[in-house]
Amino acid sequence: MSEASRQGERAPTGLISSLANPTRFLQLSGRILPWLIALAITVTVAGLVLGFLAPEDYQQGTTVRIMYIHVPFAWLSMLCYTVMACSALGTLIWRHPLADVALRAAAPIGAVFTALALATGSIWGKPMWGTWWVWDARLTSVFVLFLMYLGLIALNRALDDPGRAARVVAVLTLVGFVNIPIIKFSVEWWNTLHQGASVFRMDGPTVDPSMLVPLLVSATGFSLLFFALHLAAMRVEIWRRRVAAMRRVAARRAGG
Amino acid sequence: MDRHDLFVLAAYGVAFLGIAGLALWVAIDGRLRRRELAALDAQGVRRRSNAR
Repeated sequence: MSEASRQGERAPTGLISSLANPTRFLQLSGRILPWLIALAITVTVAGLVLGFLAPEDYQQGTTVRIMYIHVPFAWLSMLCYTVMACSALGTLIWRHPLADVALRAAAPIGAVFTALALATGSIWGKPMWGTWWVWDARLTSVFVLFLMYLGLIALNRALDDPGRAARVVAVLTLVGFVNIPIIKFSVEWWNTLHQGASVFRMDGPTVDPSMLVPLLVSATGFSLLFFALHLAAMRVEIWRRRVAAMRRVAARRAGG
Repeated sequence: MDRHDLFVLAAYGVAFLGIAGLALWVAIDGRLRRRELAALDAQGVRRRSNAR
């Protein structure tokens, strides 16, 4: 059977595999990225403006405005890890190099969003709780998530063989995913100073629409920003790997 | 300005610095990598899959 007809047999997966081809990915993402960045900035700014136009909270006063950034950062810290866990499956099951590119590019972004969730939460906690930090289950489990991001970044950089690094980091990422439901349900399973869920609840949100709408717009904006940053970081990671591949070829040639 | 406004300002300031710093880092990293690719390309180095 010729190579061409064998390719034809795989037609149903053709679209996905063509998207997953790094060269095709660079072309497509290059076209999408400027629009995604513009949309992300527009929606984020709109959400934050709406947040400042929304009424102050009757208990928290003006500090409720920190919620419009703190909550999206906290959601994204978990979303980013979920993206990495899906990429880890892509690496381990399909052994697709682009899955490892996605995982590696997401880790520093996740670390930054987690750090911002911790920092903005702490800045809100000082005036509202009277303390910057408590070791309750929610805060501690998010701090552990931050350490896991740092660990995955360090491990990825410590291993020289990229193929081996991809597998080891993918396995560790999946093991660490157990922390995500712990973060989500920590406020129900344990008695925490951190408040319980007020948006994603079985009985619907308990936040008034005047504050819920700005929160959801700003969360959408920051999510778009996350995907734009991730796409851009994936492109950089592909270029980094191409540089490494070309240097290997050059070194082999120089060595005869 | 209320004392609480300073906390709000600090939170937004930290968030802006964090995200702007991250975006700048990705942009600079990308520019450096593309410069390296162009330099290697100018030396006539090709990847195996792109070999002439």
